[in-house]
Amino acid sequence: MKKLLTTAIVLAIFYVSHAIAGGDDTETLVRQDWAFEGMTGTFDREDLQHGFQVYKEVCAACHGIKRIRFRELSSLGYNEDEIKAIAAGYEVKVGPDDMGEMYDRAARPSDAFPPPYANDKAARAANNGALPPDLSLISKARVGGADYLYSLLTGYGGEVPAGQEVSEGLYYNPWFPGHQIAMVPPLQEGIVTYSDGSSPSIAEMAKAVTTFLAWAAEPEMETRKQSGIEALIYLAVFSLLMYLVMRQVWSRVEK
Amino acid sequence: MSSKVTRISNWIDYRLPIISMMKHELNEYPTPKNLNYWWNFGSLAGIVLMVMIISGIFLAMHYDPNTKNAFDSVEHIMRDVNGGWFLRYLHMNGASMFFIVVYIHIFRGMYYGSYKYPRELLWILGVVILLLMMATAFMGYVLPWGQMSFWGATVITNLFSAFPFGDSIVEWLWGGYSVDNPTLNRFFALHYLFPFLIVGVVFLHLIALHQHGSNNPLGIDRKEPRDSIPFHPYYTVKDLFGLGIFAFIWAFFIFFAPNFFGEPDNYIEADPLVTPPHIVPEWYFLPFYAILRSIPHKVAGVLAMVGAIFVLFFLPWLDTCKVRSAKFRPIYKKLFWLFVVNCFVLGFVGAHSPDEVFYYLGGMSNQELGQITTILYFAFFIIAVPLLGMFEKTTPLPASISEPVNRGGDRRKKSRQEAAA
Ligand code: HEC
Ligand code: HEM
Repeated sequence: MKKLLTTAIVLAIFYVSHAIAGGDDTETLVRQDWAFEGMTGTFDREDLQHGFQVYKEVCAACHGIKRIRFRELSSLGYNEDEIKAIAAGYEVKVGPDDMGEMYDRAARPSDAFPPPYANDKAARAANNGALPPDLSLISKARVGGADYLYSLLTGYGGEVPAGQEVSEGLYYNPWFPGHQIAMVPPLQEGIVTYSDGSSPSIAEMAKAVTTFLAWAAEPEMETRKQSGIEALIYLAVFSLLMYLVMRQVWSRVEK
Repeated sequence: MSSKVTRISNWIDYRLPIISMMKHELNEYPTPKNLNYWWNFGSLAGIVLMVMIISGIFLAMHYDPNTKNAFDSVEHIMRDVNGGWFLRYLHMNGASMFFIVVYIHIFRGMYYGSYKYPRELLWILGVVILLLMMATAFMGYVLPWGQMSFWGATVITNLFSAFPFGDSIVEWLWGGYSVDNPTLNRFFALHYLFPFLIVGVVFLHLIALHQHGSNNPLGIDRKEPRDSIPFHPYYTVKDLFGLGIFAFIWAFFIFFAPNFFGEPDNYIEADPLVTPPHIVPEWYFLPFYAILRSIPHKVAGVLAMVGAIFVLFFLPWLDTCKVRSAKFRPIYKKLFWLFVVNCFVLGFVGAHSPDEVFYYLGGMSNQELGQITTILYFAFFIIAVPLLGMFEKTTPLPASISEPVNRGGDRRKKSRQEAAA
């Protein structure tokens, strides 16, 4: 009996883990120790700011983050003036004005990041027919999450295995489904310089921008985990109390 | 002060006997004294239902059932609404918790023979609740309008095309020629309605329960007064303890692994032009999805899938054994656990694509594994259970819940009693 039960439990775990992985056929990803993983994980502020810089100076040419408003950058550690200055660097289309015309004005902290292209068609036209997805949710929208993003960004330049077709205008990347991607290798040494004057490696940039994208997808994560600890403590105490009360009450029942 | 309250409640109760009714059903309601923790799951299911309704109503205040806005409105809930992420993760993980609780509740009923005389209708009402829950969860999953929402809805509604006049039925369900805005609107309306239908059926379920009272791990009727204890405080406090543990697990998922049960693809907005590589339903549908796919013929597959749930309606008559509890049915007990394992394997099959091959199973394909487990699933109900009813030799039942247990009963308890004597 016990054996059967154990088998059932083992199978259950096996099944759940497989169901979640959804029978995936990708190789195991390059795993990183992310500071934001685990029950008490938080985002590293320096990585967040560096990641934002990489996003802004590199990825933003092709990818939007439309679900983020400038004022939310305060979570990265920027103060109000810095955020105003960042926003002022962008133009947003607003209107119509009294004459019925749409017009451009400098962005304010309450605006969302404007998209790099007017619409999907324009985005495809500029990218060889491929659509660069909006990155606001990307770390939640891919199996493997942050590890997938990191692997993808650092996965260029390997030797193309025999039998792997790489079409005109596509690049070999072992982590992308089909192993050929329309995105040009976005990260190059020397493409950004951090404010302390250092020039990060591809791996460092990938790590920073992935952290930034993980934040963009789950800006509530730190609050969520903080409340989670409190909720679990509360519920553990509640359960223990109820257990003791139950023992007390049930001691009156003859077996 | 309190005498005033008593006066008012007496005044009301004299005219509308709702207070004495509640007192009777909750306070004095006599309950077998030997219920184990598997009897916690009924009250848990009721609590989850309430939490789903309350969290759902608050979500609906911010949700927009329009294909252009639905996905954005869910992200608006996640990012802008105060406590919105909590509401949504509570509701989202609540659906999974609901099914875990209800599946355990059903297996409990099967193990202890709770569906047998005189509780057949109680059992049938339970199966009706399961069907309504499945419809509710299916339509709820469409609402966030992600890729899995859209493609899951497309695949499942298309199943109706297998039947006569199928194409017209499917168009009628969709309100158009594909899953689109009219579909989303009606799914939202029905997703709001169905939980209240469930509440209605739950009430009938409880009336049926209170007519003959709870079954118990021994599966024998209560014979003497000392077999019973009042529901309150004994089972209220036990249910509260169970609730604490359950809420702890639920909270763990909400706060630390909120997308554990979900699919990453559902964070991509629905796109009718891009089919995801793997379309998988939510985990709680996987065993039934496996049955559907393991049968190569479409109509037969749909009928088998529906039949897998409908066969539960007939269980009280398929099982002719008068002994309720598996404790006294040595063969049934073994087959029951094999059935449970088989359900997990079916779920595993449902999560994988049919042409996958398992080397550790001697090169068996997922399709074949699905066919074997589907046959075993139905064989349990249609062959094993009726035959056991005829031929199984049950072990002797104890004289009563409070009497020393007879041979074949709980051995540990017996030896303890012997030691005491
Ligand atoms: C020159 C334009 C361009 C730049 C710059 C660029 N990308 Fe891309 N990106 C694309 C295109 C085009 C695609 C779509 C690829 C495809 O579908 O094959 C893409 C796809 C992606 C994807 C989705 C991959 C998937 O699994 O579907 C991610 C993630 C991504 N880019 C991240 C980044 C990051 C991070 C940066 C900045 C470091 C960046 N991109 C810079 C053009 C660009
Ligand atoms: C039987 C109880 C219920 C079940 C099993 C259930 C199940 C679900 C599921 C599985 C989802 C998709 C979750 C996701 O992936 O986002 C969902 C979403 C939703 N449900 Fe329910 N639900 C129930 C009751 C209700 C009620 C009573 C309402 C009230 C109107 C409601 C309103 C909503 C709304 C607005 C959404 C979309 C928002 C979202 O996706 O988070 N639900 N439901």
